[in-house]
Amino acid sequence: METVLDALVSILFLGLGFAMVLYIVSVGLSLTMGLMGFVNLAHGAFAMAGGYIAVTLMNAYQVPFGLALAAAFVVVGLVSAVLERTLYARLYGVGELEQVLFTIGLIFMAEAILRKAFGPLPLPMHPPAILSGQLNLGFRTVPAYRAFLIVVSFVLILALWLGIDRTNFGARLRAAVDNRRMAEAIGIDTSLLFTMTFALGSGLAALGGGLGADILAIYPGYAVEYLVYFLMVVAVGGLGSIRGPFVAALVLGIGDTACKYLVPEFGAFFVYIVMIGLLIWRPAGLFGRA
Amino acid sequence: MRKRYFMPALLAAMALTCSLAFAQTVKVGVINTYTGPLAAAGDQMQRGIDLYMKLHQKDLPPGISIELIKRDDTGPNPEVAKRLAQELITRDKVQLLTGVIWTPNALAIAPLVTEAKVPFIIMNAGTAIITTKSPYIARVSFTLWQSSYPLGSWAAKNGLKNVYTLVSDYGPGIDAEAAFTKAFTDGGGKIAGSVRMPVTAPDFVPFLQRAKDAKPDAVFCFVPAAKAATAFMKAYDDLGLRAAGIKLIGPGDITTDEELPGMGDVAIGTITMHHYSAAGDRPANKAFVAAYKAAYGAKEEPSFVAADSYDGMAAIFHVVIAQHGNIDPDKTMDLLKGWKYDSPRGPIMIDPETRDIVQNEYLRRVEKVNGQLQNTEIETIPMVKDPWKELNKTK
Amino acid sequence: MTDPVIAALRQSRPRWIETIPWIVGVGGYFVFPDQLPFASQILITILFALSLDLVLGFAGIITLGQAPFYGTGAYAAGIYAIHVSQEPLSGLLVAAASAALVGAATGLIILRTHGLAQLMLTLAFATLLAEAANKASFITGGNDGLQGIAIDPIGGRFAFDMFGRTGYVYCLIVLFFGWLLLRVLLASPFGQSLVGIRENVTRMQAIGAPVAGRLLIAYTIGAALAGVAGGLLTQTTQFVGQSVMSFERSGEIVIILVFGGIGRIYGAFIGAAVYMIAQDQLAKSEPEFWNFWIGLILVLTVLFARGGILGLIDRLRGR
Repeated sequence: METVLDALVSILFLGLGFAMVLYIVSVGLSLTMGLMGFVNLAHGAFAMAGGYIAVTLMNAYQVPFGLALAAAFVVVGLVSAVLERTLYARLYGVGELEQVLFTIGLIFMAEAILRKAFGPLPLPMHPPAILSGQLNLGFRTVPAYRAFLIVVSFVLILALWLGIDRTNFGARLRAAVDNRRMAEAIGIDTSLLFTMTFALGSGLAALGGGLGADILAIYPGYAVEYLVYFLMVVAVGGLGSIRGPFVAALVLGIGDTACKYLVPEFGAFFVYIVMIGLLIWRPAGLFGRA
Repeated sequence: MRKRYFMPALLAAMALTCSLAFAQTVKVGVINTYTGPLAAAGDQMQRGIDLYMKLHQKDLPPGISIELIKRDDTGPNPEVAKRLAQELITRDKVQLLTGVIWTPNALAIAPLVTEAKVPFIIMNAGTAIITTKSPYIARVSFTLWQSSYPLGSWAAKNGLKNVYTLVSDYGPGIDAEAAFTKAFTDGGGKIAGSVRMPVTAPDFVPFLQRAKDAKPDAVFCFVPAAKAATAFMKAYDDLGLRAAGIKLIGPGDITTDEELPGMGDVAIGTITMHHYSAAGDRPANKAFVAAYKAAYGAKEEPSFVAADSYDGMAAIFHVVIAQHGNIDPDKTMDLLKGWKYDSPRGPIMIDPETRDIVQNEYLRRVEKVNGQLQNTEIETIPMVKDPWKELNKTK
Repeated sequence: MTDPVIAALRQSRPRWIETIPWIVGVGGYFVFPDQLPFASQILITILFALSLDLVLGFAGIITLGQAPFYGTGAYAAGIYAIHVSQEPLSGLLVAAASAALVGAATGLIILRTHGLAQLMLTLAFATLLAEAANKASFITGGNDGLQGIAIDPIGGRFAFDMFGRTGYVYCLIVLFFGWLLLRVLLASPFGQSLVGIRENVTRMQAIGAPVAGRLLIAYTIGAALAGVAGGLLTQTTQFVGQSVMSFERSGEIVIILVFGGIGRIYGAFIGAAVYMIAQDQLAKSEPEFWNFWIGLILVLTVLFARGGILGLIDRLRGR
């Protein structure tokens, strides 16, 4: 009995960590796709860039952990805002296929450049000493960093939700996602809103990349390899929704971990089968609009 | 009347002698992976090749040169590899073929080299059956059985009663698992559990957690070198397996000299079995490592991939020099069978019966020496033949 | 509104310009005798791209999962040759049929959705099928690939040789029939209705057109054609590698078609030829950076040359 409970706690804990990283990276994608109707497959590249910036600052320049993450958030946020204004804005209203191809092209370029600059091997990530090792919770020990990750993620998510619910910006964002024409009609500057949302989403992705470097290794193929996971979270969660991807991330993250633990041979299949099932049942996503 | 024919005959004789002394270029096709998965290994392979060429160019007799024609198979793409081999043979008219990291690629090329009679010297691909697919294949690299089987025997004799195996679900992983399990269980050990992880798994933690919960004495692991090995080591650390007294063992692919610096101190104490370590204390190796660092940077460490391709070039030079640049396929294979060489890895030989590599296997432990992590060789098992072939002798 | 391409197809006589690919194809046999294996692979890729053109270009189904059909055809042809018969033509039929089956089965599920959900479903099925092929290694050879395939001479007379001569002519003829099928299909009322669905689904539904059925048929035929291409690959190389089912393969064929021009039929021809030749040339000089150039060209294509190469040619001709 004890071992079953033990195993359950392990799975929950590990899966939760994975799910949190997935969510933080993917929520920006949900916003972008819901608000601007833009299929940005290169979203993972922002997470990747954030990871590279944060880890390089820590490794090569001994920048403290928190500062490195903040730097990643700010830098990627700013750069993505510029990209949005110059490149992406020209492609709003173009077909989905074009957007898919454009962003895939961006990922390829990013991957090639990063490989040339950093080499193909993953960047070693060493969390600060206080966050390493094992945490003794009394009844069992858990990896300290994962515990930290879960706590920090919850704080971030709460801040995000409060922000969207309580601030002016959040109100405008929700209005524009619900009905863009109407929002413009009542004077909301959607263009500026787009840029700010894009920057926020990309910055969050960068943060997720840096925080999650432990789980999703930072290497040039990051954006392509994990793209499927981010897309899954958004597709199942529902575009434009904040809560939806959270639920999706939990289901997929914990489910994936659970299946790999319980049925290792076929663990990889689970996520895809569940996604197929969920998408058939709710094609617009769990919380999306049809 | 005789006089009229004397000069032309003399000239003809001179021309004939001149043409015999004419420059001979031996064309060698190199099929490597320069882009795509495992391109990092492709890099290493190329470095080994280039280093040998640079250092030993002068060993070639005057008038004889070797021309390398490189082609990129872009990863595990057998139809591309086969097509490239086809073109190298029919269009570029290579006399020898070498390289190849991916097993499916090697297998696709095998029937071709048999039909065209072009000796194929494999510098990396390590699945046991490859050399059985054509009489014109010789391998200078390794097989997973060669490293994992002796490790299994060692584990059984050295106090490890209970081992959990985790391997990536593809050719080399399955070979490693089979080899270790056979030797270990034959030696009286028990396999606490085994799992084959999908090759594209981003997170090893759930699999390792399950292994940890089975409370084995050690976990035996094989994952592809590069990103996966580092991620695995990280997961091993994160879950506190070492603190729980569970050792980590496996073939040397899990602690390649290339990646070791990036793995950090958690790797210390890992026991592996492999045919090459950059820390190997042999004159041939010291010279090799020094030359490697001189050519590629003082911080660079050669991995087994570079050492193997370096030796592959040595084999090629051997057959070229012995035949004065006139490559005859069957004679080449005869020259390769039984070829011995003092390699950076120690003494190596190509088994005349199986055309596969016979070499020392070293038991190594990861240690920190002078502030640097390295695979220290602590025991040597001399001249190991590929156990899979030994066990499966049909004759 | 009529799609200009379909309008052009419906003319009873083929335009003279349409004979060019075939002249090049036949000429190629004589002009490039050393490069026939490579040329065969270009032909196979063209057929694969044509199958995608039907699904993506004409039926408007955005898919990142065309490779599973290609792979199914490849494995089917290989398994058939090993276990049943080494006769090539029946092998192609088996390849087409198996791919069509998988296409119809997955199509039933995928076509209920659209947009991002549809894209994700194509991705999900692609990954599932690829992983299934890996797991079923006892029949597919798994990671090592399916070896030991031998193919009988075609019609008992033309054997597959190392120089790829028979293979080339074989691929050319099969491609011709595939192209012919597509051309006839698209010029028919069926083709018209596909374009109608692509342009305005609601209107098509309003006039009572069997939208779901038409799409499923198009998807299935596309799968069958992709399966034939896969079968050709197996028969000419006598090997099946796991990469035929891979996600990379799906992505690559989309890129190829986009380069050439979607929904133009000949975009497949140009895209495949240009892409593969460029890749072959670049692979010899700076292989590591290949992905960068592809990415850049993709970005530029979407920004400035949306119709691909054919679109550019149109613009130059002042259309």
